[in-house]
Amino acid sequence: MNSWWGRLMMKRLCRLVWLLPLTAVLLFTLVSLAPIDPVQAYVGARMSMIGPEQQAAIEAAWGLDQPGWIRFFHWLAHLVQGDLGDSISYNAPVLTVLVERFPASLALMGCSFLAAFVVGSGLGVLAAACQGRWPDRLIRGWAMVISVSPGFWIALLFISIFAVQLAWLPSCCALPPGVTQDEAHWWQYGRHLVLPVLTLSIYGTGPLILHVRQRLIGFLDGPSARHLRLHGMSSTRLALGPGSRHALGSAVTVHLASIGELFGGSVLAETIFAWPGLGQATVKAATGADAPLLLGIALVTVVVVLLGNLLADILAAWVDPRLRIMPQEETLPRLKRLPWLKASARLKTASRLKVEPKS
Amino acid sequence: MKTQQMMSLQVEALTLTMKGHSQPLVGPLSWRLEAGQCMGLVGGSGAGKSLVADALFQALPAEIECQGRMTLNDAPLSPLSMALMPQSIEALDPLAPVTQQIRRFARRNAEAVDPTRLLAQVQLEAEAGALFPHQLSGGMARRVLLALTLATGADWLVIDEPTLGLDPTVADQLIQLLSTLKAQGKGVLLISHDLVRLIQVADEVMILASGQQVETAPVAAFDGSGGGLKHPFSRALWQAQQWTQNPLTIHQGDER
Repeated sequence: MNSWWGRLMMKRLCRLVWLLPLTAVLLFTLVSLAPIDPVQAYVGARMSMIGPEQQAAIEAAWGLDQPGWIRFFHWLAHLVQGDLGDSISYNAPVLTVLVERFPASLALMGCSFLAAFVVGSGLGVLAAACQGRWPDRLIRGWAMVISVSPGFWIALLFISIFAVQLAWLPSCCALPPGVTQDEAHWWQYGRHLVLPVLTLSIYGTGPLILHVRQRLIGFLDGPSARHLRLHGMSSTRLALGPGSRHALGSAVTVHLASIGELFGGSVLAETIFAWPGLGQATVKAATGADAPLLLGIALVTVVVVLLGNLLADILAAWVDPRLRIMPQEETLPRLKRLPWLKASARLKTASRLKVEPKS
Repeated sequence: MKTQQMMSLQVEALTLTMKGHSQPLVGPLSWRLEAGQCMGLVGGSGAGKSLVADALFQALPAEIECQGRMTLNDAPLSPLSMALMPQSIEALDPLAPVTQQIRRFARRNAEAVDPTRLLAQVQLEAEAGALFPHQLSGGMARRVLLALTLATGADWLVIDEPTLGLDPTVADQLIQLLSTLKAQGKGVLLISHDLVRLIQVADEVMILASGQQVETAPVAAFDGSGGGLKHPFSRALWQAQQWTQNPLTIHQGDER
């Protein structure tokens, strides 16, 4: 645990100690406050056919007659044993629902995440390399339009163009109707994936393009790029070679930090395109007051977002060594940190590399 | 290498003017630098010393016009036959270890470059190659900058304020390094306002006063009270250095 990323991991693990219980409490409170009556949502239109005794019996069977904090500890005790409870709306253990639906969401979000990263940072680099000329202006305009357009509107636009008018791509579900998972070809799955991925990824590219462009321009206009250019390095080479590390740092941080938005976007995209993933299940759980499933999905989201942020921190420090956490003895005296750090850094380098006396 | 003794970098009537102004900012300047020689360029802050370096590398700001003839062995001077050691250590890429930066500059060099040997040449140990700029001390960073100019393999070096902000010992070491390079046949244009150290390595010194070339004096003229210097500004500059030099040696312990 002496390496910089070891120290980073330790710091983050310590953070989990208070972060996880706090999230659990907050999640449970939020779900408990939902105004939908679970019994009513479960029984539906036949509500008038059951009497108050029957309603009370269902409530007692689900444990809804007990106070909130008892339910919370009840839930927590089961959670620790790996039991997330039973989903009301799917009539199955929450864990089963999650395991069944997570792969579809993972495929959708993973593809969108990668596509957005490649396209966004690529366009950002291109815009910076052509700073002020027409490709730059075009890309910047595009990024602005995307950033301010609502995701659902883009999705509807795609459906109307590619699914309805051109009829190139299907607008619904993961597979053609009547085809089961075992009969399907991978390309059928892929064809169905295109429009949801396009919708979900296009939204993430806007901020990515603008961040990467700005960061790369900062480098290209800076003294170190000028120095390289002065000694014969072409602008293209500068942008793709030394500049790429500068651009990559900001791209990775911005993109991984937006994983939370990706989950939010996936709820929308999965609903619009009827994609059988966690996003769709979220909507069903929320409208059906399915507290256990909602909590389970929220927990998965929390874990993925935490992992994304941890990965962002590690990658950012890997790209930019100035962000790496220094050993304890250098970070401890916070008050006079700056002058002290500089002196100790000098001492360290001086002891490592003996400065030769004047010959 | 054989023909180097006849080589020279010649500048005639180099004049830098702000667009729309008639009064030149710098110049006209003329000088001739032979291979294996060092030409010093001194002058107060704002005299236009660094602009001269930019002009040689055709990297002037757009609003400044450059006139005059710059030739290398009677052929037009190409920026790619020279290398610049800039004033600021900001010129190092903060996100690349030293060895990688050396390789970037070595791409221009026809001969293969061994980063370790190059680091040894500027008196840095091989381990320094793995360090990032923020891990270097000021003196080490300057030496890395010098190593970058050497990596290009250029025979002509323009060195801009190499001793700025360095403590006396490290500054002396750097000047020592420059004389070694001169002995290896490099032609050096050394820009500095540290006249005392400049004359330890220079053969001739060109003096600028608010952009004007007031005198080009052989280094022997900087002696005693400066009686060998023709222009009163040069003499004043030299005497000012003499005056600060003496107390400096007495109070050297006070410096840091």
